[in-house]
Amino acid sequence: MTVSDIVKSFGLKIRAGKNRLDQDVRGGYTGDLLSDVLAHSHKGNIWVTIQTHPNIVAVATMKELAGIILTGGREPDSETLRKAEEEGMPILVSSLFAFELTGKLYQMGIPGMG
Amino acid sequence: MSGAENNIHLHEMFHIEGGNFTNAGSISSQVKKILKEAGFSSRVIRRTSIATFEAEMNVICYASQGNLSLFVTPDFLRIVVEDEGIGIPDVDLAMQEGYSTASERIHEMGFGAGMGLSNIKNNTDGMILTSKFGQGTHLEFLISLEGEDKSVPLLNAGE
Repeated sequence: MTVSDIVKSFGLKIRAGKNRLDQDVRGGYTGDLLSDVLAHSHKGNIWVTIQTHPNIVAVATMKELAGIILTGGREPDSETLRKAEEEGMPILVSSLFAFELTGKLYQMGIPGMG
Repeated sequence: MSGAENNIHLHEMFHIEGGNFTNAGSISSQVKKILKEAGFSSRVIRRTSIATFEAEMNVICYASQGNLSLFVTPDFLRIVVEDEGIGIPDVDLAMQEGYSTASERIHEMGFGAGMGLSNIKNNTDGMILTSKFGQGTHLEFLISLEGEDKSVPLLNAGE
């Protein structure tokens, strides 16, 4: 499953990284504490979060995540978008809240741990 | 054979401004860029980036200012972060996962989870943390370059 497949399934809005949606998604991680994501996420995870500030791009890039989905219709800061484009990190927006979005991603077959 | 000191060189020193969340992450980003351009493996880059990011955020969150120095030797990268500020009254307590002294603002941004120091410990091959309460903190960590390509220019710039 690619980031693009997820975008289509959920009707996500693409805010950055539209040329990097072909990446394979290997698992997912939901969390809003950056050190927690740094400690426990894995390469290729799709990251579900409410954080919109530029440090999410740094974190996602460090862990080589597949992309970031902001929940509840939250929009990324302009600086976040600039950094995301620079790093080629997809930033997507969902109107769903984290619990529901995560549940549906999991049901689609995207695993959690490991 | 010349002394080992000749092979250790300070590559660069960065200044970190405490409380400046606008540029947060910019120092670790610059360090990452240096390592990427030097041609190190993604493993070294990832480990160093994570540790540097956490160290940088600690200065921004808890100190008034600090300096981060990147030293390069043929066998390891050494990063030293020296800051001025309140310091850490109990280092063992600070190292405990989940222990945090972060303000509400810091928590709102998703920092202050109390995992920064353990993330540094888990991504490095040696760590020293000392503090003088009321003055500041000294942190340094090593990242082994075992298995890396030693012919990269960065490792030979000190000669």
